[in-house]
Amino acid sequence: MTPVYELRDVRVRLGEAEVLHGLSVEIGESGLTAIVGPNGAGKSTLMSVLAGIRESYEGSILFRGREVSQWVKRELARQTAFIPQTIRLEFPFTAEQVVFMGRTPYCHGLFESPDDEGAVRRAMSLTDSLPFARREYRALSGGEKQRVVLASALAQNPSVLLLDEPTTFLDLKHQVATYALLQSLAREQMTVIAVTHDLNLAASYADRMIVLSHGRIAADGKPPDVMQAKLLREVFEVDLEIREGPSGKPWVFYERAGTLRHASGTEGHQTPPC
Amino acid sequence: MLSPAKFWSAVSLSLLLFLVALAGMPLIGTSGAELSRAWAGLSPDKEILFQVRLPRVLLAALAGGALSMAGVVFQALLRDALAEPYTLGVQSGAALGAVIAICFGWRTVGAFPAVWLTGFAGAALAMFVVLSIASEGRRMSSFTLLLTGVTINSICMAAILFLHYTAGFTQSFAIVRWLMGGIDSMEYSTIGILAAGVLGGLGIAVVKSNELNLLAVGEDWAVTRGVHVPGLMLICYLLGSVLTASVTSLTGPIGFLGLIVPHALRLALGADHRLLIPTSFFVGGGFLMICDTVARTALAPSEIPVGVITAMLGGPFFIWLLRSRRGSLWV
Repeated sequence: MTPVYELRDVRVRLGEAEVLHGLSVEIGESGLTAIVGPNGAGKSTLMSVLAGIRESYEGSILFRGREVSQWVKRELARQTAFIPQTIRLEFPFTAEQVVFMGRTPYCHGLFESPDDEGAVRRAMSLTDSLPFARREYRALSGGEKQRVVLASALAQNPSVLLLDEPTTFLDLKHQVATYALLQSLAREQMTVIAVTHDLNLAASYADRMIVLSHGRIAADGKPPDVMQAKLLREVFEVDLEIREGPSGKPWVFYERAGTLRHASGTEGHQTPPC
Repeated sequence: MLSPAKFWSAVSLSLLLFLVALAGMPLIGTSGAELSRAWAGLSPDKEILFQVRLPRVLLAALAGGALSMAGVVFQALLRDALAEPYTLGVQSGAALGAVIAICFGWRTVGAFPAVWLTGFAGAALAMFVVLSIASEGRRMSSFTLLLTGVTINSICMAAILFLHYTAGFTQSFAIVRWLMGGIDSMEYSTIGILAAGVLGGLGIAVVKSNELNLLAVGEDWAVTRGVHVPGLMLICYLLGSVLTASVTSLTGPIGFLGLIVPHALRLALGADHRLLIPTSFFVGGGFLMICDTVARTALAPSEIPVGVITAMLGGPFFIWLLRSRRGSLWV
């Protein structure tokens, strides 16, 4: 079966600096893949080339067998949806209008169709953002904004969902809810690729983890294979331990001022968020 | 979701304002000309209404509509609420062209006033320079576009100041008068050409208005929702610039309109460009027709530069709108 993404020796330069150094990896149909790594590892750059935002790269990035840069943007947008960390609006769009923008690849003419409205309602319902649909986007909290942006991506009805740190501004409840939603989407044949800093959420929900370090793949595999203390210590340059989490998944604890804390930042003796 | 009913009711209301102004403003003046006499072909009413006032009102309608629409387009393109038709150097290029014609005593080129042609040539040159600096291969950065436009503005304004400094008394007065902006009567053929360009621009902007919504959020946002962003940015830049250049070369700069009309409409209708584009054309046109009528009648037989009126009428109204929305994110 043709992989969804097939990267061969991908190199990306930002100015003088090479940010990705010859990345080669395949990502198959369905499943939740988490891309983790320290700041500056090249995670967001990788997402921008996968999403077709950055077209200046060397090597080859095939999406469903065709080079990403060769796809017509409208066609690509019907297959993939990208969620940035945040968007900043200058103008008073409502939350609902932001979500409706996700239907642009399907729009013909000036007005949305009943199908578009149905897709928007479903997406806002899935992300629990219907209660503030009519409110101005700029007036929403960080977490509410993130749910609106996720809804906008789901309204695109994509087969591939690309997320750049989707839970940065979310509270614990919505972090868990978001990853549970992503996991269920992945089980319904959607390919979900998420950049995250939260190793424990990644280990709990992802089917596969890719660790990036200095623009190279440091590890790639199932969470138990990747969540190795020695590897993560080297990559993140933090003294940490891996223990068994509440659901039997590996859980990261790190050392700070003599107290072990898990990687979400709460004291180690407390119940982890899952 | 934008329903056809909401779209057509907003457009119809703004069109009604436009049509009322278009029908009513030619009838207002200090000479006492009557429509019935003009319709019967009696002089001087016929000449006053159909050769002096109506062409002037039509020019105001097109100029106001074009500048307001250009303001909406540039604000979306640059994602900057303070952007206006003159932000990207087109107006100062036109002004420099016109000032050169005045300084060198060029009066006509063929059948046209020289300031129109040099003004348009100056605007086109500024447009070309900004575009060639701001585009990098197939890509164009709105940030570089903004910085380049502001720089070209400064360079042109410095050249205008220098020419003004070296100009004689008569030329100096002509320069200042041109820079104040104003609506004058002109041939129907000239207005016809302007109308074709402006209405064509309105059509393009309406077709692209859905994509403008995405561009107003961000370039990455628009790309990942299927918009060909470099093409859209180029269209927006050329559209806004050509509209501004066409109007400015005929009227001189008329400030405030491209800022105040779009923002007043955003307060009333929200941020959806499918509503903003057509309504800003009609409301901007109607507003400038009213302002020009005030400009030519308030201190008759003297005339007030119409830019002064747009600021004096529009400014307080805009402040009232802002205060009435106190507590919202606009204040």
